[in-house]
Amino acid sequence: MQLQTLKFVKKELPPFAAGTIATPAGTVYKVRTDWSRADTWGMVKSRSGGFRMNYTVAPGLYAVGDPIAASDVFVTANYKLSFDILRRELKGLNAWVLVLDTKSINVWCAAGKGTFSTEEVIKRVSTVNLDKVVSHRRLILPQLGAVGVSASAVQKATGFRVSFGPVQARDIPAYVAAGYKKTTEMATIKFPIKDRMILTPMEINPAMKKFPWFVGAVLIIFGLQPQGLLFSDAFYGGLPFLLLGLLTVFSGAFLTPVLLPFVPFRSFALKGLFMGILAMLVAMPLLGPVMRTEYLLVAAAWLFFPAMTSYIALQFTGSTTFTGMTGVKKELKIGLPLYITAAVLSLVLLAVHKVREWGLV
Amino acid sequence: MKYLADVTTLQYSSEKCAGCGRCVEVCPQGVFVMQDKRATITDKDRCMECGACAKNCDFGALSVSAGVGCAAAIITGLLTGSEPTCGCSDTPGASCC
Repeated sequence: MQLQTLKFVKKELPPFAAGTIATPAGTVYKVRTDWSRADTWGMVKSRSGGFRMNYTVAPGLYAVGDPIAASDVFVTANYKLSFDILRRELKGLNAWVLVLDTKSINVWCAAGKGTFSTEEVIKRVSTVNLDKVVSHRRLILPQLGAVGVSASAVQKATGFRVSFGPVQARDIPAYVAAGYKKTTEMATIKFPIKDRMILTPMEINPAMKKFPWFVGAVLIIFGLQPQGLLFSDAFYGGLPFLLLGLLTVFSGAFLTPVLLPFVPFRSFALKGLFMGILAMLVAMPLLGPVMRTEYLLVAAAWLFFPAMTSYIALQFTGSTTFTGMTGVKKELKIGLPLYITAAVLSLVLLAVHKVREWGLV
Repeated sequence: MKYLADVTTLQYSSEKCAGCGRCVEVCPQGVFVMQDKRATITDKDRCMECGACAKNCDFGALSVSAGVGCAAAIITGLLTGSEPTCGCSDTPGASCC
């Protein structure tokens, strides 16, 4: 087993390692607690969604500072950002870090998905021979890992007693200093504006990926004339709808998440609908000169865009820290049929508008 | 911030509680407090059905139908007829939540 651990230590150190240290179970990397520019850039890229694939670190045991046999063991996921945040927050402490194989997914998502699991903790404790490295039998897991890990099952299988530490790695020094006691504050997950802001690119990106389809549909609908597809009609006729489409993504995927606690209603569908109507109230007078006389277009816009804002806002339930499955199911059960109805009705209105425009009625 | 009222599937039978305090330790929403050596629910509507309490209650006092409160996952689940999972595919390192 010693050889197996050694295998991970290649001749060239990974950028986050400052060196290696010898343990009774083999050599492990001693990690830096400061971030390099590459670490910061990696965070930016993974947060913006362009680089989430395989942002990873090898599972196994790592050292922070100069840990001894009595030092604490902190467990984390092998999503590189989870690992980076942990090593940064452990600055000044001497500790072991046990990285699980969570398929490069962060602690909370991995715990929900079953890769940050009881089985993986048990397996990893045994593959790194943790019982040879440390003299005590304690593991400190991130609190959000509790979704996937049964503390008593880990203790039964390994002899290690699991404590669930703070939700945020930044509270670890205070938690340790307080004799491994959490305040209510440390045990509660918050959702401040900064966190909501950080998550909005992951709302805007998927919505914008579908945007070309919307653009295509709008251009075809408005460009379609008895004599063929006319570019100028497509562009000038479709422009208000394209602008409203962009506004919908902005209000549903950015404004609603950022202003979340200030938007009325607990339901995300209603929050989105509220913001969608608000956006329309602001935008329609500006687009008035173009659309005023076209009451069918105006009606179609009022049906479609608030409904879509609501739909996009509902997607944010996937990123929040406080929405549960039963509630989201309830929202979808009521919302989905309404969204589909609104979309179909607005298409019908557009079709009627086209037929009249062509002078067929 | 609280989500919809009266929807959580969280069930708690206090007579089974042994007072170990694990639920207080793991709940990220502060749903439980210890009172007279037993867990008590403060505000059920704060529950987000993550399942950490039930997973770590050795005495069967807690149950919750745990799952991801994520619209995209639930829609995918509806379309494929499977249980909603957290947006990610099974390929290693695929994007997630």
